[in-house]
Amino acid sequence: MGSVFRSEEMCLVQLFLQSGSAYDCISELGEMGLVEFRDLNPSVNSFQRRFVSEIKRCEEMERILGYLLREIRKANIAVPEDDEICPVAPPPKHVLEIMEQLQRLEVELSEVARNKEKLQRNLLELTEYTHMLRITRTFVHSRSRNKALGPQYEEFQSIESDSAGCTGMQRLGAKLGFVSGLIHRVKVEAFERMLWRVCKGYTILSYAELGESLADLDTGEISTNVVFLISFWGDQIGQKVQKICDCYHCHLYPHPENDEERADVMDSLRTRIQDLNNVLHRTEEYLRQVLQKASESAFTWVVQVKKMKAIYHILNLCSFDVTNKCLIAEVWCPVNDLTNLRGALEEGSRKGDATVPSFVNRIPSNDTPPTLLRTNKFTSGFQSIVEAYGVGDYREVSPAPYTIITFPFLFAVMFGDLGHGMVMACFALWMVLTEKSHKRKRSDNEIWTMFFEGRYIILMMGLFSVYTGLIYNDCFSKSLNIFGSGWSVRAMFTDQQWTNETLQTNTLLILDPNVSGVFVGPYPFGIDPIWNMAVNRLSFLNSYKMKMSVIIGVMHMSFGVVLSVFNHLHFKQRFNIYLLFLPELLFLLCLFGYLVFMIIYKWLAFGARDSRLAPSILIHFINMFLMQGGDNTPLYPGQTGLQVFLVVVALLCVPVLLIGKPVYLYWLHRGGKSLRLRRGYERVRRVSEDDMSQAPAYADDEEEGFDDLMTSRDTQPKEVKTATVHTSHINI
Amino acid sequence: MAELSFVIPMSVMTLFWGIIGGVVPWFVPKGPNRGVIVTMLVLTAVCCYLFWLIAILAQLNPLFGPTLKNDTIWYMYYHWP
Repeated sequence: MGSVFRSEEMCLVQLFLQSGSAYDCISELGEMGLVEFRDLNPSVNSFQRRFVSEIKRCEEMERILGYLLREIRKANIAVPEDDEICPVAPPPKHVLEIMEQLQRLEVELSEVARNKEKLQRNLLELTEYTHMLRITRTFVHSRSRNKALGPQYEEFQSIESDSAGCTGMQRLGAKLGFVSGLIHRVKVEAFERMLWRVCKGYTILSYAELGESLADLDTGEISTNVVFLISFWGDQIGQKVQKICDCYHCHLYPHPENDEERADVMDSLRTRIQDLNNVLHRTEEYLRQVLQKASESAFTWVVQVKKMKAIYHILNLCSFDVTNKCLIAEVWCPVNDLTNLRGALEEGSRKGDATVPSFVNRIPSNDTPPTLLRTNKFTSGFQSIVEAYGVGDYREVSPAPYTIITFPFLFAVMFGDLGHGMVMACFALWMVLTEKSHKRKRSDNEIWTMFFEGRYIILMMGLFSVYTGLIYNDCFSKSLNIFGSGWSVRAMFTDQQWTNETLQTNTLLILDPNVSGVFVGPYPFGIDPIWNMAVNRLSFLNSYKMKMSVIIGVMHMSFGVVLSVFNHLHFKQRFNIYLLFLPELLFLLCLFGYLVFMIIYKWLAFGARDSRLAPSILIHFINMFLMQGGDNTPLYPGQTGLQVFLVVVALLCVPVLLIGKPVYLYWLHRGGKSLRLRRGYERVRRVSEDDMSQAPAYADDEEEGFDDLMTSRDTQPKEVKTATVHTSHINI
Repeated sequence: MAELSFVIPMSVMTLFWGIIGGVVPWFVPKGPNRGVIVTMLVLTAVCCYLFWLIAILAQLNPLFGPTLKNDTIWYMYYHWP
């Protein structure tokens, strides 16, 4: 299918929508997600566009819905378990109904919430009063019990026995007064001190902590309160005490004179609290009912309002024609979807009861169309990674299908552990198998969302890591010996190289592959397990991994360069093949391809026998650039000659790459088949003919400067870029 | 290179990845995802085969052997074939 290989072909299309059915047509188009609208009113301010009032209405509805959803969440009502809540945008006539319903709901909810708050406050007061009464009772009674303790209580006779008031006090000409109430635990000491300082001992404060903690409605915190009882005599002291209590935000309640009154008040309070609890309970039930009913349609409404708003935004992009009866929209549409587009418009016209059907008109255009690459849930992750490097040009070859394998493979080359790879693959597999329920939940955790969106990528990375882990013979950093090692220690003994004495005297011994029987053959699948136990493990592994990454990197980069050929052929720029592709490929292969050849040749040609003579590839490579012979033994006869030739070819490619294309384009632009002096009118005619045949693309440009041509060199295709990035990662 | 211990793995792996990369793509059913699946199969075969090939070529003619500690050697003398 062509659409995976390169982006789809697009065409510019004009839609003529009848005003009555424009909303429905756009709703149909939106449901199918086919087209990209162009803004036909770019100079108009967004506040002056046609459908601004409708958009404002939608935003008002969104605000009410937001409040509604918050209340629903606070009451812990469950979300309806629909698999996909995908209602279509409502037609304009239904919009008013929805708006009305929402407004009514908002009013009702806020009223109920206010009432509930009032009731709760009331309840709190009554509860506090009850507690206060209960605790001050103990003060009074305890006081009477302490009568025998000391002279200070002499004047205060027990209050209940005094029916005519405090006769003792009346003798002194002063009236005993009480102030009682509640205060926060943290403020009690300061309160006491203040009382002492201000009233100079004319007051007595007794207080006891309240067993349970009550919620403070204003701040919502749960604090411990203390019940206090201040007894004083004298009116002026009374006023001072009142002021201090106000200052400390105490909740004051009237203190009963005697026990009967106290009992009466407590009884009435009890019944009142019971009533209040009932009413509160009913109110909460009612609120819950209302919210439950609203939650059935609230989520549908949210989606509908969003879709409506989007439709009005799109309608704002269209322009009205002269007669004001028809909306004109310019859209980019994929050529393959033109029939679907027509079908959608017909459907929309039918729904909108239009007298005149809306129709489609394809128009030619010189603008670059947008790039469309269709993806499914598997390929979308990889496509978004590729787009992070940059979105491809229109109809350019897309590197995304290759990245599905190369990204995870290169990750696995760097990761390469069987055990950890399996853990990763299992985690990703779990995410993939349970993706439906996770998609519905839509978590707020960003890190989880990141992992979840990349679940297919992680699965591929895990699977490839298992394979590379097997090849590296690395399972949780231990090696597996599946096929039997290719190195034999016994052979060193049987050949009399080592004896038990050598073992006892040396801590480290190296196996010699030259001794027969020591090295039986290469391990058939991956790295031999003996290397895991070797002390010089890294010398072998480093050399192996470096060479491996060079080979993989060079092959990847060549693949990317080769991909560019398809672009050149498609855009009919054959000169690019000779001026860009060929020099790039030659440069790459002559230098780094030759390096790969040397690596493989050394692996095949040099063995244990001539290990002393085996030359270093690195030195050879460096000497190749410096064009020095060096003391190095050659890898093969004729090496110096070949290397000189390759370096010369590569060096010749560089100027072609740098200035070949600009010079060629400049020469084309000058219109010359060859460089000749102008000779009058014949020359002029031939120039115009040449121009038309060879350079149609420059019809619009007047004078193309040389500097423009220098900067407009084609950038390398993204495959090469990603390949280079990855190779550098491996090498690091 | 004529040793059996090299020829057998070589032929098995070449055959295996050759089937995955060269034969299976012909049997992928026609559908919207055919292009992606074929690309994936071919690329997987090429990458994995190349990776295995490099590993075995690097060990074909070793220039030096592993350096082992003497207790490891003593253990392997008795327990490894």
